[in-house]
Amino acid sequence: MRFALRRTGFFLLTLWIALTLNFLLPRLMPGNPALAMLAKFHGVVNPQALKALYILFGVNTHTTLWQQYVTYLHNVFTGNFGTSLSFYPASVSSVIGGAIWWTIGLVGLTTVLAFTLGTGLGILAAWRRGGRLDSVMPPVFVIASAVPYFWMAMVLVLIFGISLHWLPYIGGYNVAGDTPSLSPSYLGDVLSHAMLPAAALLITTIGTWILTMRNAMITTLAEDYVRMARAKGLPGRRIMFDYAARNAILPNLTGFAMSLGFVVSGAILIEYVFNYPGVGYMLLQAVSGEDFPLMQALFLLITVAVLVAILLADIATAILDPRTRAAG
Amino acid sequence: MSMPISGVATTTPGPPGPDAQQPALGGPVGGRYVAPPATRALGRIAHAVRSNRKATTGAVLLLIFILVGLFPGLIARDSPTQDAYAPRLGLSTAHLLGTTAYGQDMFAQVIWGTRNVLIIAFVAGLACTTIAVLVGVGAAYLGGLWDGSLNLVTDVLLVIPLFPLLIIIAAYLHGGSTIVLILVITVTSWSYTARQLRSQALSLRNRDFLAAARVRGERQLYVIVVEVIPTMTSLLVACFLTNALYAVLFASSLQFIGLGDPNTVGWGTMLYWAENNAALQTGQPMWAIAPGACIAALGAAFALLNYAFDEVGNPALRPVRRTRGKRAD
Repeated sequence: MRFALRRTGFFLLTLWIALTLNFLLPRLMPGNPALAMLAKFHGVVNPQALKALYILFGVNTHTTLWQQYVTYLHNVFTGNFGTSLSFYPASVSSVIGGAIWWTIGLVGLTTVLAFTLGTGLGILAAWRRGGRLDSVMPPVFVIASAVPYFWMAMVLVLIFGISLHWLPYIGGYNVAGDTPSLSPSYLGDVLSHAMLPAAALLITTIGTWILTMRNAMITTLAEDYVRMARAKGLPGRRIMFDYAARNAILPNLTGFAMSLGFVVSGAILIEYVFNYPGVGYMLLQAVSGEDFPLMQALFLLITVAVLVAILLADIATAILDPRTRAAG
Repeated sequence: MSMPISGVATTTPGPPGPDAQQPALGGPVGGRYVAPPATRALGRIAHAVRSNRKATTGAVLLLIFILVGLFPGLIARDSPTQDAYAPRLGLSTAHLLGTTAYGQDMFAQVIWGTRNVLIIAFVAGLACTTIAVLVGVGAAYLGGLWDGSLNLVTDVLLVIPLFPLLIIIAAYLHGGSTIVLILVITVTSWSYTARQLRSQALSLRNRDFLAAARVRGERQLYVIVVEVIPTMTSLLVACFLTNALYAVLFASSLQFIGLGDPNTVGWGTMLYWAENNAALQTGQPMWAIAPGACIAALGAAFALLNYAFDEVGNPALRPVRRTRGKRAD
């Protein structure tokens, strides 16, 4: 219980720091970026929306920083992120609402797939210590961890998209030929558009799961209770999964949460390369269009998503491993 | 409030041994004479680089890049920025990688671009490691309130997704020169290695030689700098390698999406111009492939060295056959 409270406390504190950082950054940066941005949109955006933006970024208002902060927090908790400038006149919330499902579908499914596959391969590699899988994989994936995500995406585009014409590599579906619906042809189209980005993400992330699992598994396999299980003559499969893997998976589970931030980061660039209509590509569009309201909201969204995932992984670890509850 | 961390390149601290002079990372300690711990650690690293194939590959790769970065003019005679040739030339002996859509020699760009990325890797890597040492070792050694607060800062920075944070900071700054990139990367990405250093320093905290220093009445700063840090040399090198790897990847990514200075000669900048000119679609794949491959190779050099140190520090991870061979001698 104390553990849960402490983790929740840390979660709330981090959330508050992220919120405050998001509020302070545009106000602290040299050259007042918000003012420059708003000057650009003068005349394009209607006066009422402009005024709201002035308040949002604390430009030309006579309120104190503290009052602005309170307004900002109120806006965030009521889901009011203002008007998007690059998708004007749509509100930031509605713009994000349209993009988020693409990312959850692509990044979410691929991450689960990479985690499951990688953990499985790691278990196998450690179990057959010194086998072909075990000797080839570590160096290959150490090198793969240094490959920039976006470059892997570009290589896949070049090979399977441009040279071989096997798969589409622009957008989330065929914008010219399909309208979003639940028809099999549209869903098939979405799936084929997701293949290359998913492959890029899978290739660049799976190595971490494999290596972490393998290394933890090797340590666990040397434990006495594993030797005991062998001595009892238990079947290999039972020892592998119930005795070794079950205990060795804990670091991978925490690693899952920790590296989620990196997955999200990598997905931003992969979405960018494929012009995939998710939140990552949208974040970069917001950056290049100087759409600060959208940019702020997306940063918050990504941060909150990662924090929630970490909290969930913490809780899962606590349920699975009694030691963490005591040690904290 | 400790959060277990695990990653590919985590060097796990060993249990505190009875021997006070026990080196931080257990490697083959051969010499009978007593050298200062830092010297011995560096000797062990040199030994590891020679005996571990992964480390040798990494070291050779890194050395090649450093030589290229120091003397680019010897290898590429063309100017990397001048639009001196016909645009979109294919691969030839005159232009090993062809020319860009602006008529610049791509080979020259790749060669001259090495310097930019190496500067980022080394400066940001060193700066991150310095902050990580100050925070991590400071927290572990000072303990109490210091430990609590420094630890909290580390933890918070550790869980906030770095790359989106880097993107929005760089966006508010309207992109940045190499110095700005280094600064932004340094400020945000030291936390992971600070964590590693803290746990290592914690395991050292109650060793006899530190107690001896305290009894001698040494000042805390002296103990940290002269007694604690030298015993952690191997881990410091590993931390530097991790930080350098991430600095390369982060900086190149930022340059690629146009948040660097588009006029610098660098690999990320090349990728930015390649993407902007649709190089892949217009039959100029080399524009994107070459700099990306270089980033991957440099990153691999850091990652291979780092992984090899991990194997040195944790003998259980070494390839099976080698472990047996070692036992024989």
